[in-house]
Amino acid sequence: MTTTTLAPAGASVQTHTQVQALPLMMAALLGLLVIGFVGFSHIEAVHNAGHDYRHSMAFPCH
Amino acid sequence: MTLFRNVVFLAALAGLCAGLVMTALQITSTVPLILQAETFEGAAPQAHEHGAAEAGAGHSHAAGAPAHVHDEDGWAPADGFERTAYTTLANIVTGIGFALLLVVASEFTSGITTLRQGLLWGFAGFAIFTLAPGLGLPPELPAMPAADLTARQVWWTGTVAATAAGLALVVYGRASWLAIIGIALLVAPHLIGAPQPVNHDSPVPEGLHHQFVVAVTVTNLVFWAVLGVATALLRGRMLDRSVVARPRLA
Repeated sequence: MTTTTLAPAGASVQTHTQVQALPLMMAALLGLLVIGFVGFSHIEAVHNAGHDYRHSMAFPCH
Repeated sequence: MTLFRNVVFLAALAGLCAGLVMTALQITSTVPLILQAETFEGAAPQAHEHGAAEAGAGHSHAAGAPAHVHDEDGWAPADGFERTAYTTLANIVTGIGFALLLVVASEFTSGITTLRQGLLWGFAGFAIFTLAPGLGLPPELPAMPAADLTARQVWWTGTVAATAAGLALVVYGRASWLAIIGIALLVAPHLIGAPQPVNHDSPVPEGLHHQFVVAVTVTNLVFWAVLGVATALLRGRMLDRSVVARPRLA
């Protein structure tokens, strides 16, 4: 199969989608953790380090 | 775990590109406005932070100590290079975080295969993470009054989640009633309303704040467009190479 998508068309879609769901969810979780840590941390040092970033991204700050 | 590894690799590269672009945009547009607003912090009755220079007697920092700290004992990067370095780091790290979400969400459909799709997915990210939360909680400058932090973070997170789910239902919902639920999800956070400060009196001039809202919104728009386009380009390159060895990344 030379499809350029990660989810191939056809009868195997369901199987592949299920197989792919776990690694994709893990990658999404990693992304959420990273954003949550930098954007939402109440830890003083992390907060101060990312101060200008948080204001510039309109994350709730202070 | 080929798929996980490829998604992370793609997101890391795209996030790095978009994070660096975002840093350049912030240094030239939003950060100067933040620094300007910080000069009003001493005048704010609600001020919750203060510079070392205004801290007054009984509290002294070593020379060259950061002029912007939240807690008299809290560490903060020194103004100048160190502060910019941390802003850059935050941009790159969260750029990768946002890229992970963008890549994962798009891989659940057919993946970002063209530049146009990259732009559209980027615009979706902009709508979810900037536009929707920004309606209730406009970008704020230091020294501006604000409601309880945790309450705002809860509303922000709920709005982002509801907007993402709402957009997904409108675009991918197979039945029309799903689209109606999608619209309801898009509207709901704004009917609930974002936590607001007791009063909006602020020592920061309105003109400065307006400038900041525009700067934040436009820089985020560019960030998401770059992230989407970078994802499209890099994903295409990854697949081009993998076609020889392997038909799919997964």
